[in-house]
Amino acid sequence: MEHYVNLALKALFVENLALSFFLGMCTFLAISKKVETSLGLGIAVVVVQTITVPANNLIYNYLLKGGALEWAGFGDVDLSFLGLITYIGTVAAIVQILEMFLDRYVPALYNALGIFLPLITVNCAILGGTLFMVERSYTFPESVVYGFASGTGWALAIVLLAGIREKLKYSDVPAGLQGLGITFIAAGLMAMVFMAFSGIQL
Amino acid sequence: MTTATRKVLFEPLIVNNPIIVQILGICSALAITSKLAPAVIMSLALTAVTACSNAAISAIRHYIPNNIRIIVQMTIIASLVIVVDQVLRAYAPEISKQLSVFVGLIITNCIVLGRAEGFAMKNPVWPSFVDGLGQGLGYSLILIALGATRELFGFGSLWGHPILPLVSDGGWYRPNSLMTLAPSAFFLVAGIIWAVRTWKHDQQEQADYRIQVVHRTETQ
Repeated sequence: MEHYVNLALKALFVENLALSFFLGMCTFLAISKKVETSLGLGIAVVVVQTITVPANNLIYNYLLKGGALEWAGFGDVDLSFLGLITYIGTVAAIVQILEMFLDRYVPALYNALGIFLPLITVNCAILGGTLFMVERSYTFPESVVYGFASGTGWALAIVLLAGIREKLKYSDVPAGLQGLGITFIAAGLMAMVFMAFSGIQL
Repeated sequence: MTTATRKVLFEPLIVNNPIIVQILGICSALAITSKLAPAVIMSLALTAVTACSNAAISAIRHYIPNNIRIIVQMTIIASLVIVVDQVLRAYAPEISKQLSVFVGLIITNCIVLGRAEGFAMKNPVWPSFVDGLGQGLGYSLILIALGATRELFGFGSLWGHPILPLVSDGGWYRPNSLMTLAPSAFFLVAGIIWAVRTWKHDQQEQADYRIQVVHRTETQ
């Protein structure tokens, strides 16, 4: 249990996808003007991440990894070079299915997420989470924990940045830094703050 | 070279730069620029993928059904990225390890998909190829500038060759370790944006609220 708590805390704070690996930066900077919208996007990322990372974990361990096809009688086949195209296909498919499912059964959430759900396919935090899972060879339970915690970490970061930007509207920023420039500086300062978490072990 | 081609090729360098103006493809620009060598390799990889995917998508643009165009584009891009990834693993295993997941993440790099959707779907093969090349060069320019600055001030070297003699080796330069860490990339990009927008005033954003100086005489 302790191992999983450690893994979750590490993915949440120390190895925050947005602030220490810079994943999903395009959406992170573009959709963080209001707390409300960024919260919606954050929740969508958590949901998709929690589903796709374990799904890709199963695909990697039982289909792609060298020797993984032993159960089908192809013990010496190594399909790991097909990884990238498979993962992005899985992500796109899961986002599509999730969209149809929410539209049919949970229309309230579907309307709240709106345009963000399809956009998530090209959010590199999602594909990045899967690639880190493969690189660090997580087991299935670890990948569930990692998927949820890394998604939550990203959501936390974007909501915090949106909060800062809402206040920043009222400050006197030099003309050239207005908007994008000052957002970069705010994100940089946040990244420095998150670095303070490094080295924490439970 | 015709004027149109030249415009498509050179406009993305500064005026319409993908990173600092269009805000596309920022993830990798920040994450792998702590040294010059990986930044250059990443630039080459992204330029190759953007140019080739633009050309390929433009060649079959009349045959792609509109409903599933994103998936078709993703498949083409993902195949090209797999080729690049395998080439890097074979010929530059060290750099490939340093780039870690970021080569794979070229698939979701918004520059590639953005140009495929925004340019290649509407234009013939040759202009699309040149557009991909130009966007890739604009991206490379920022990456190389960031990589060079961060390696020079963070490690006192360029491409692994010592330039500034370090204190630990008996020299005078004390490395600025902030430059080797993640947040410095944010500050440097903000600096570049500030510089470009001071030069090109039309790119400045309007403030939501204007702060005015209020002149009044206090009477009490």
